[in-house]
Amino acid sequence: MTAPDYLLEAIDIVKVFGTLRANDGVTLQVAPGQIHALLGENGAGKSTLVKMLYGSLQPTSGTIKWMGQEVVIPNPNAARKLGIGMVFQHFSLFESLTVVENISLAMPGKFDLDALSKKVEFYSGEYGLPLNPKATVADLSVGERQRIEILRCLMQEPKLLILDEPTAVLTPQEADLLFLTLRLLASEGCSVLYISHRLEEVKRLCHWATILRHGKVVASCDPREETAASLARLMVGGDIHTVRAAKAPRDGAVRFSLKNASLEADGPFAVELKNINLEVRGGEVIAIAGVAGNGQSELFDAISGERPLSNGSAVSIDGASCGAIGVTARRRMGAAFVPEERLGHGAVPVFPLSENVVLTRHSDDASLAENGLLNRGKANSIADRVIKTYDVRMGKPDPEARSLSGGNLQKFVVGRELDRQPKVLVVNQPTWGVDAGAAATIRQALIDLARSGSAVVVISQDLDEIFELADRIAVISRGQLSEAHPAHEMTAEKIGLMMAGSHEKESPHAAHS
Amino acid sequence: MVDQSLAVMLTIITAATPLLIAAMGELVVERSGVLNLGVEGMMVMGAVAGFAVAFLTGSTLLGVGAAIFAGVAMSALFGFLTLTLVANQVAAGLALTLLGLGLSGLIGEAFVGQPGVKMPTLFGIDALVPFSFILTAGVAYALFKTKIGLVIRAVGNSHNSAHALGYRVIALRYLSVMFGGACAGLAGGYLSLAYTPQWIENMTAGRGWIALALVVFASWRPLRALIGAYLFGAVSIMGFVVQSMGLGIPPQFLSALPYIVTIIALVIISGNKRLTQANTPACLAQSFVPDR
Repeated sequence: MTAPDYLLEAIDIVKVFGTLRANDGVTLQVAPGQIHALLGENGAGKSTLVKMLYGSLQPTSGTIKWMGQEVVIPNPNAARKLGIGMVFQHFSLFESLTVVENISLAMPGKFDLDALSKKVEFYSGEYGLPLNPKATVADLSVGERQRIEILRCLMQEPKLLILDEPTAVLTPQEADLLFLTLRLLASEGCSVLYISHRLEEVKRLCHWATILRHGKVVASCDPREETAASLARLMVGGDIHTVRAAKAPRDGAVRFSLKNASLEADGPFAVELKNINLEVRGGEVIAIAGVAGNGQSELFDAISGERPLSNGSAVSIDGASCGAIGVTARRRMGAAFVPEERLGHGAVPVFPLSENVVLTRHSDDASLAENGLLNRGKANSIADRVIKTYDVRMGKPDPEARSLSGGNLQKFVVGRELDRQPKVLVVNQPTWGVDAGAAATIRQALIDLARSGSAVVVISQDLDEIFELADRIAVISRGQLSEAHPAHEMTAEKIGLMMAGSHEKESPHAAHS
Repeated sequence: MVDQSLAVMLTIITAATPLLIAAMGELVVERSGVLNLGVEGMMVMGAVAGFAVAFLTGSTLLGVGAAIFAGVAMSALFGFLTLTLVANQVAAGLALTLLGLGLSGLIGEAFVGQPGVKMPTLFGIDALVPFSFILTAGVAYALFKTKIGLVIRAVGNSHNSAHALGYRVIALRYLSVMFGGACAGLAGGYLSLAYTPQWIENMTAGRGWIALALVVFASWRPLRALIGAYLFGAVSIMGFVVQSMGLGIPPQFLSALPYIVTIIALVIISGNKRLTQANTPACLAQSFVPDR
């Protein structure tokens, strides 16, 4: 036999971090031209495995074979030389540089931006990834930024392309475009290793799937012959609780509203909020869908009071105007907020969890700070309650916030606010980076809070989550918020069109002239 | 009349040249993401070293070399503190200025009041004036048309991304910082070898700070820094001319005028907020520690 059966074989890979066996005898085989899915929960070892394939980590033991030959991949440069390209979940782009400048920084050889621009145009035509090489990255949408990363890989003509959760930031339409590109690549013989949580998508796109759980391969199968539920069972190792919700009461009083709320952009790359209107009744969950960077963080700032508005009556909680006052004052009125960025925004990284509890709760819970003195016992007992209820896993008692893994910290910052039973809760990306089991717990808690009479607003990019949670759905694009429609009237396609701006009242003029 | 205006023009040029040279150096440093507030200290060390060597050897060329060397040595110290030991850049820069002012006074004590060696001139213009223009054009070309310039801007924009792509952030910043030191030293040498060929303690008189301000108000664009330097030079010399005419304008106002005019002009030039933000090095004054 001349040609090896597999382009890439990782055999019996072990990677040990301290006492944790992140990969424990993992074997992965990728055939040429195959779109191969790598599935698993957070912490199952997917990222660790691909980092070893891309040379950013070294395996503790095990062998990697590339086209039948045993290889060692000491660094990403070596991986690129072999023909392995990788698109990261968090992009490694330079915002103030142009597309072609970004690409040239990753390209070896002669420095000639004009020639490279032509090459970029050629490749972007070839693979259906439209991009203007002269555009500045800061002006581009997340989808376009991802195209830069993919093009940057493709221009080095890789034999294997690794994608880490590529669709997490895309609209359904953008994701469809990406799938076309990937199928085209596969038909040309390039293999794709595809990491995703979205099982439906994997069923549609991938030829084969390897499923990891706790660092071990638990199954290897053809996803087209499985159901989403059976794949999920393999990932989690049991059934996932489906989130159950009683019907939302129709007659709840309006607990939270925005009336013609506008907020100027506070920087050239920020978004201006234009006449936002929203009414949330007690008992319901409203989800705000949208592609990242369309005004979600500005909307959150306006709602939470991080940036108070000039017009006080634009925001009201239980009928009382609060648009012009800050976060603490709004908390006193019974609202709670969970920002998107959990470390540094939602929690102080170097403070222990108990002190982080005090930071959001001292204003409405006088017992936490009596006469200006901290009540550590009380803070600890609240922290412990949150940790137990939401299954926050940690290495030692009351650790610093930064020592928690992303998913566990997310459970903590959401749980901390849920624990107060707020009358109004606004959460930006509640389950970002949280695994399926914990995500279900958080979602159930959000719904339970709403049904107990509170108003809940969830800003999310995850459509599955939105459909699971929401009673009504609104879409934000370019700083404009659509009307909120009942969830059962909405489909992913409809939301996708609205994400692209079909509901906008103003025609999108050149955003920053 | 023609002679007089020519003389005024020449003084404007000599007033603007050291600002321009120092600003070009700092512009590259800040583009790479490092804020060196020690320009004043590096300049004054360049001034004393240049004067001393020229005085002892009689050669202005050796003097210029010594000025550059002194600036580079000071900036290497700054680089060691901030890049290798990861000290706070603002604090280290301020310390560098204080160190330079004190040390130069100590070294220069023996040279106070000594006759200096003046750089040879052609039609009243010395070699460093055309050099400052070449430097500006060179910096602009290098930053925006070459690979090394692109890498400098990339490192200043996101040191984490640059590191992930395999660029050597710290090494590149060392080079940029030392280039800035060379320029500041040279600008200082210009003061003690061409502008007023003698050594006076604290003879930089705040020019390092003006160069720093020029870089920021020019929103990190070389050509704008050139405009700013010349505007500053012109208005400050015009102040002397107006004063000698005896129009009764308070001299304090005239000496404040160059600062006011330069700042207003540069604020207007960089009025486009979007462009300014796009040019601002996002990692300015942030320390970089690679994760592995």
